[in-house]
Amino acid sequence: MAKVRGAVKVDIEKCKGCSLCVVACPTKVLALAREVNGKGYNYAYMANPEACIGCANCGLVCPDSVIEVYKIKVEADA
Amino acid sequence: MAEVKDIIKEGNLVYKKSKVLTDKIMHYCPGCSHGVVHKILAEVIEELNIQEDTIGVSPVGCSVLAYNYLHIDWQQAAHGRAPAVATAVARLLPNKRVFAYQGDGDLASIGTAEIIHACNRGENIVVIFINNGIYGMTGGQMAPTTLEGMPTSTSPYGRDIAMTGHPLKITELIAQLPAVNFVTRQAVHTPAAVRKCKKALQKAFENIGEKKGTQFIEVVSTCNSGWKLSPVKSNEWMVENMFPVYPMGDIKG
Amino acid sequence: MAEYKLMKGNEVIAEAAIRCGCDGYFGYPITPQSEIMETLMLRKPWEETGMVVLQAESEVAAINMVYGGAACGKKVMTSSSSPGISLKQEGITYIAGAELPCLIVNVVRGGPGLGTIQPAQSDYFQSVKGGGHGDYHLIVLAPASVQEMNDFVELGFNLAFKYRNPVLILSDGVIGQMMEKVQLSEIKPRWTDAEIEKISGTWATTGKKSNRDYHVITSLELDSLRQEKFNHKLIEKYKVIKENEVRFETFQCDDADYVLVAYGSSSRICQKAVEIARAKGVKVGLLRPITLYPFPTKKINEMCSKAKGFLSVEMSAGQMVEDVRLAVNGKVPVEHFGRLGGVVTTPNEVVKALDELIKKGK
Repeated sequence: MAKVRGAVKVDIEKCKGCSLCVVACPTKVLALAREVNGKGYNYAYMANPEACIGCANCGLVCPDSVIEVYKIKVEADA
Repeated sequence: MAEVKDIIKEGNLVYKKSKVLTDKIMHYCPGCSHGVVHKILAEVIEELNIQEDTIGVSPVGCSVLAYNYLHIDWQQAAHGRAPAVATAVARLLPNKRVFAYQGDGDLASIGTAEIIHACNRGENIVVIFINNGIYGMTGGQMAPTTLEGMPTSTSPYGRDIAMTGHPLKITELIAQLPAVNFVTRQAVHTPAAVRKCKKALQKAFENIGEKKGTQFIEVVSTCNSGWKLSPVKSNEWMVENMFPVYPMGDIKG
Repeated sequence: MAEYKLMKGNEVIAEAAIRCGCDGYFGYPITPQSEIMETLMLRKPWEETGMVVLQAESEVAAINMVYGGAACGKKVMTSSSSPGISLKQEGITYIAGAELPCLIVNVVRGGPGLGTIQPAQSDYFQSVKGGGHGDYHLIVLAPASVQEMNDFVELGFNLAFKYRNPVLILSDGVIGQMMEKVQLSEIKPRWTDAEIEKISGTWATTGKKSNRDYHVITSLELDSLRQEKFNHKLIEKYKVIKENEVRFETFQCDDADYVLVAYGSSSRICQKAVEIARAKGVKVGLLRPITLYPFPTKKINEMCSKAKGFLSVEMSAGQMVEDVRLAVNGKVPVEHFGRLGGVVTTPNEVVKALDELIKKGK
């Protein structure tokens, strides 16, 4: 059975660290980094990348449109 | 297991910023609902392929600078006057899709006459009404939509309805007008809400393409800076306090 | 063949608008100018030329409709009378700040406040000094006849588009309500989309074309240095307007010892006053500014070499007289005469005021 894997790319310098993507993620992939970007915001990043299913919920709720979402289908591990 | 770098490839892209959005960094506070509404507005314009036919009218307030973020022709209206401005544009360019983007102070206070009469004439425009119960840009003052007891910088002890009246449900008022074709109240606080709000916007822009008359979309929104809460807490506060007064869903059409 | 008609000043504004290819009129009823919108509604130009005519919910809405239409590169206009023009000032300053061309007609009545519905010229300051907030000017045309009410509509639109600046026709209840023979203008079609593209294609919001960046019509500039630069741009524009667009008329000024300065309906009264005074042996002439902004400052200053005094005759407490004094710059006495509150000055009253000026000079 095919399984879905996703990944997100955050435009770190434009992220304002509002955290709305973090709470919108159904599989708890995203978190705010301890580091800050050039504007001093703790930006969003994939803390738990394996759990990403590419649902794009994070992208949808992002007010600054800084998230791109990618998705592939992979064969389930035998 | 596939590596992240193998997934992040152009062919696997499923969600990205709309081409109708410019590359300018939005001036809005972190977590502001305006950004989400701008995004889905851009997506609708892109998906309906009406970028060349859309003319936006921006208000006074935080979204005065909306024209920096969408690649369409824009006019910036005086406080509250966007529906009058949009009226003329829609009448003089009847084949264009014209929308007015307004906040609650703009639409429901200083611009009450203009919005009521534009809607009563059934102007063929989309009105996007961002209601966060506060004047955001000027520093969180009381708006006509401010909830009873809600503290703002001009009602620091909470809105006293005996002194300043009740939260104005202008969307319900507008729904009473016969020439208004579609009235709905939406929010953008969850992925499901964003999808629903986008569908409403799409319907509204399709409807003015078919010259069905005024389309009115209220988006109950947050102002986390004005509310003095985090973006996430603001959404929770909105659901708990705003939604009972401003319930979600279609009101007409 | 020329077409003549007996018409009211207000009616001819409407007729001239249709004939010059106006795209839209947005108004609100107020005495003494309601015939403008009434004539348009009766004429139904939307059937003839496609011109949009709309009765707005207020003067504020009407002027903002003008903003929206002008921003599309369309020929749009509004009209009102003094209290209504006060309400329009918000929109007018936005229009000036966004550099939009449009035509505004003020058929002045006496004030302040609700005042009277009778004619006055007490909106001079409001018209030529700004009116709304911020540093800006309108181009102000002052018709003195029904014929000029007709002619200044097209002239006003031409100037508005030439300079991307709002133009005001400053009329009054006399000119608006009186009937005279008028030669109507030739009928010209409204501009096509292609013509609008040619005339205003660099700025008008007609929908973003694929071959250009998007257009924004706004008067907002948050960067002070850029706002200052814009203010200087406006100053430069007004300088060009002052150099090129001053219009005035003189009547028996060649040998005049004294000069009456009057515009609009007062200038008609002053013509008679000149006749009466000349019959009594007083060498007096009349200077009639046709543009109040730009004001014929240079002409008045030149006249000081011969003239011994100026009398500004206006139905106000003395407004234009300040610009006459600035032009004269202390060289000779300048006095004001005018009836107020809707009372129309008589020629004999002007002659009497002139006698007093002459006596004072001796």
